[in-house]
Amino acid sequence: MSVELVSYGAFFLTMALTYAIICLGLNVQWGQTGLFNVGIAGFVAVGAYVSALLTTPDDPNRFGGFGLPIFVGWIGGALATGLVSFLIGALTIRLRADYLAIATFGVAVVVQLAALNLEPITGGPFGIGFIPRPFADYAGDPLVFSLANLGILVAIVLVLYVVLERLARSPWGRVLRAIREDEQAALALGKSAVKFRLQAFAIGGGIMGLAGAVQAHFIGFIAPDNYVPMLTFQVWAMLIVGGSGNNKGAILGAVLVWGIWAMSAGAVSELFSPGQQARAAALQIVMIGVALCAILLLRPRGILGEERVVSRHLGGARLPTDGKTSDAKSS
Amino acid sequence: MNPQALMDGLVAGSMIGLGAVGVTLTYSILRFANFAHGEFIAWGAYFALVIAGALGMLAGGLSAPIGPFSFGWALIVATILAVALNGGLALLVDALLFGRLRSQKSTVIIMVMASFGAALTLRSLLEFIFTSQPLYFSKALQIAMPLGLGIRATPDQLLSLGVAAVLVVAVHLLLSRTAIGRSMRAVSENPQLAGVAGVEVRKVIRIVWLLGAALACIAGVSAGLLVQIRPQMGLDLLLPLFAAAILGGIGSVPGAMLAGLIVGLSEAFAVQLIGAEWRAAVAFVILVLVLLLRPQGIFGRAE
Repeated sequence: MSVELVSYGAFFLTMALTYAIICLGLNVQWGQTGLFNVGIAGFVAVGAYVSALLTTPDDPNRFGGFGLPIFVGWIGGALATGLVSFLIGALTIRLRADYLAIATFGVAVVVQLAALNLEPITGGPFGIGFIPRPFADYAGDPLVFSLANLGILVAIVLVLYVVLERLARSPWGRVLRAIREDEQAALALGKSAVKFRLQAFAIGGGIMGLAGAVQAHFIGFIAPDNYVPMLTFQVWAMLIVGGSGNNKGAILGAVLVWGIWAMSAGAVSELFSPGQQARAAALQIVMIGVALCAILLLRPRGILGEERVVSRHLGGARLPTDGKTSDAKSS
Repeated sequence: MNPQALMDGLVAGSMIGLGAVGVTLTYSILRFANFAHGEFIAWGAYFALVIAGALGMLAGGLSAPIGPFSFGWALIVATILAVALNGGLALLVDALLFGRLRSQKSTVIIMVMASFGAALTLRSLLEFIFTSQPLYFSKALQIAMPLGLGIRATPDQLLSLGVAAVLVVAVHLLLSRTAIGRSMRAVSENPQLAGVAGVEVRKVIRIVWLLGAALACIAGVSAGLLVQIRPQMGLDLLLPLFAAAILGGIGSVPGAMLAGLIVGLSEAFAVQLIGAEWRAAVAFVILVLVLLLRPQGIFGRAE
């Protein structure tokens, strides 16, 4: 196998895994808790911009560039996005379910607007460049560089996966699902639905912010155009395809949908003349939109479907998932 | 402050109001926030544009401007046909998507998500057919007439204000004075009970889609006449529509129209005070304030 092919494969997977992080965040909000976020692009953008501001070298043309280490930027991006999510959640979660959806849509619009117009901070339409990249010392050797970046992404996704799986099986995770399935019953057991939902929304938002930050450092450059409603839509497609409520599904869906997306984009640029590319790209979105609606209609559980989890203290007594063979017989 | 902002705000607000009436009706009767409603505005405008263009080619005289207005009979006929086509489009989307989800007893949030997917599909389809290049009903420039107090308005602006006012009164009377209006309110209160009491719920749902799409079409034609026609026009209006529907109180037609005017006026004054680049944030600020201070809206009932 040639070096280019391996580098490209690593690049593709790294990109897909940044989406997998966003998907994991969305899975905490939607999959586990049933909170609908239509402003994913805005939350990802907050993480990306905060991290970029913290880590880029000082720039006389705009505020900041604090030159901090990369991991400080990532933590900062995650915390800032978690805070924004907390505030939006606090505003809407006690109201009707779809008010949260409308408010998150508003967040995406306003974040995009702020990124465009707050030029002294965000660099305006041209965005922020020269975002430090992890392992920049190895940039001369594309193979080592791309594999090192992939390694760091794999590590982040794995850590998040393990932590989120433990959370889902913890008492906290069970309360979330209880609230999602039957709020009245959970309330009767003395669980504050608002409090738990708010925590889940803030944690999910923080993970999305982390994803935005990691992605920004991987690409090395951000601009308002990266954070359009299309991004929100792609992430939703990923989670729905993979199976919401299932962390493995979130990661699988991200890699799968990103693969389909990259391939169809390649086909579009091959098949259509340069003058027709914008049109063909619109058609690409139409097809993905139809596909999302079709999945909602035909297979709302996604490929993997939701994993039924019970407390880990119950050991082998795992409940069978509908329509799938269970591993209960092994106990 | 420039008093002209008052006129601009009223005109923009009347279009937001027309759209918000549709949003508030789908929200209260079909019980979900329809993110695809903005696309009906855009599709309505494009339907009218294509039909008016075809009529103009068949008979050039139809495109000649009527009196002080910038458009001819072709656009009036085209708008009537576009209202019908837009209604058909809404019924088609319902038959293909929302109706099936309803019969599967999907949760509200699945409906919202489906509407989000439908919005993206409909919008990108427009972009595929017409590209993102802005289009116009007429290239003619209109001279604004002075109305006194330093306010000017073009005849087209005054006409669209008048049409919006007539339509809102008509819809309000339809809901409050007719049998079908009574059925609609009954379904909005409790669909099961209304069904048991002999209200034809399916018919009510059809009427809601037809009514929402018709008002969206008129709003789209107004927006196309006064600003321009772009595939993104529905997306740009979506946040103001939701802000207006919630501010007015979900289910209230006069509330939606009044709130639409409030949102339009706030946007116009914000453009004067802060700058045009922040216009799109105004609806969000209003939304946040309503949710903080009076989540049930002006005419809504507390839950």
